[in-house]
Amino acid sequence: MATEGLVRASGIRPGEFAVGAFARRHRYHPLEALPWLAALAAAIVFPNYLPLGSQILATILFALSADLVLGYAGIVTLGHAAFFGTGAYTAGILAANGWGEPLTGLLAGAVAAGLVGFLSGLVVLRTTGLTLLMQTLVVATLLHEAANKASSITGGDDGLQGMEVWPIFGVFRFDLFGRTAYAYCLVVLFVCWWLARRLVHSPFGRSLTGIRENARRMHAIGTPVAHRRLVIYTISAALAGISGALIAQTTQFVGLTSLSLDRSGTVLIVLIIGGVGQLYGAFIGVPLYMVAQDRFSEIDPVYWYFWIGLLMVVVVVFARGGVLGLFDRFRR
Amino acid sequence: MTDAFSAAVSILFHGTALAMVLYLISVGLSVTMGLMGFVNLAHGVFAMLGGYVVTSLIGRLGVPFVIALGAATVATALASVVVERLLYRRLYSADDLDQVLLTMGLIFMSVAAATYFWGPLAQPMHPPPWLSGPINLGFRSFPGYRSFLILCGAGLVTALWLGLERTHFGVRIRAAVDNLRMAQSVGVNTSRLFTLTFALGSGLAGLGGALGADLLAIEPTYALENLVYFLIVVAVGGLGSIRGPFVAALVIGIADTGFKYLLPELGAFFIYALTMVILLWRPRGLFGRAA
Repeated sequence: MATEGLVRASGIRPGEFAVGAFARRHRYHPLEALPWLAALAAAIVFPNYLPLGSQILATILFALSADLVLGYAGIVTLGHAAFFGTGAYTAGILAANGWGEPLTGLLAGAVAAGLVGFLSGLVVLRTTGLTLLMQTLVVATLLHEAANKASSITGGDDGLQGMEVWPIFGVFRFDLFGRTAYAYCLVVLFVCWWLARRLVHSPFGRSLTGIRENARRMHAIGTPVAHRRLVIYTISAALAGISGALIAQTTQFVGLTSLSLDRSGTVLIVLIIGGVGQLYGAFIGVPLYMVAQDRFSEIDPVYWYFWIGLLMVVVVVFARGGVLGLFDRFRR
Repeated sequence: MTDAFSAAVSILFHGTALAMVLYLISVGLSVTMGLMGFVNLAHGVFAMLGGYVVTSLIGRLGVPFVIALGAATVATALASVVVERLLYRRLYSADDLDQVLLTMGLIFMSVAAATYFWGPLAQPMHPPPWLSGPINLGFRSFPGYRSFLILCGAGLVTALWLGLERTHFGVRIRAAVDNLRMAQSVGVNTSRLFTLTFALGSGLAGLGGALGADLLAIEPTYALENLVYFLIVVAVGGLGSIRGPFVAALVIGIADTGFKYLLPELGAFFIYALTMVILLWRPRGLFGRAA
């Protein structure tokens, strides 16, 4: 709607305008440097909060991975924690059993989670709507149950303990103040963000948006819809696995909550707070949510859920598009 | 041999009791899904509400059991109308994600609200004395309350089927599920139909939650913990169907009871695996209609 008005006002022929907009949309905008500058500034201003900061960065990656399936491919999932937890447990179990090299740990987490994503995607993505939702939830519940029962490997209810993570490249030791962890998370997040950004602006990424908007038409023009959905589901799962592995390595602990419905639900919340399908929703939603949780849940752990639930209802009913959506509306 | 037979009867009995509860709670969800395409994850909240109303009325106020059941049904139905009119109505045409978020938000609020009003512990369910004892059927005796549960469920299932097949209201619901636009065109007031169906489905969920309070414990996280069960019953049964969820509830209830009884180590594994296999075989559920 807004672009039409702009086109008429500017006197450019619609075709040219559209071509220009498409040609420009993948270029880097100065505003895109903002999250990274903010992350660096936060590390300098709040040096005592670096451990929380690392968790926020790793969770941003988790939300980013969910945004790929949710915002771009339009697959609504209630089981994204399955991949997060798989990555976390893979890296955790490796580190607890004598292989604490962090980067290969990340890689192993990504591969394991990607494999779970691929295999479950084969089944889950055949369905739509409520059935799909239920199956994603079942996959996560199944893994949760498995991790709970296999307590000799995973530590069960008590969580996985005794992880020993080696220094990165054999040089940078994980220190008590969380400096290495913060830098590590920031770099990994940056690399993954860059990959995700390239992905969504590629022809592949555009076809995903097409599938989200009108799967039938994409079928008609010859896009292998099921195949594309499976590929993005697998990639997203692998990224979620990296995020889980990051949190496992930096906190040196993996609990059953990493596979819980709670976590799958929370990632939807942060995305809706920040804005879905914009790649930056995660960068806004996660810090807002986690800082608020850090502050409020200490005062009132149970009623925190009430307010977060109310917030979800209000956002859905009154402020669709989240914070980024509000900005868009404001700009118009 | 007699041991095995006894175990089989026991599994069938308890499984059927669980199935009745699952069916009563889920059938409303299935019909509203079929009717409005609304992904109502918060359906379990209504079941929980029914459970809390019954346990509170019986436990704190000493209200007779049957009256408490009726009160739970009516209270849940009324509460659901308010929620439908205020919130759900706005999102009938929205996409899945918005509906999921709204209803997840309601679940979170229900967890906190239930903790505020009733505390974090599970509410005990005290069946009335006339249902507490065993019922002897000659070859063996069965727990009275569960038997009552099965009879109650069977009666309600029959009533629902007759209602849907034989009444004017049922005809309109079937018409709207089959073809919403055409139903509107021939003069069905679908808006009112939605509200009534929603209230009926939620009332049944409230009744199911109340009846099943000793099977699915009434505690604040009820809607979150049992969500996967309700979704499985609806998805395996096929959306928009009344018969489908019944068969699905029987399969799930009996299989779950059986696996947990025979292989307690592996707990709920099989039920989830079974669900995935059924949906791999029939992605639209057992009684789902073609697109």
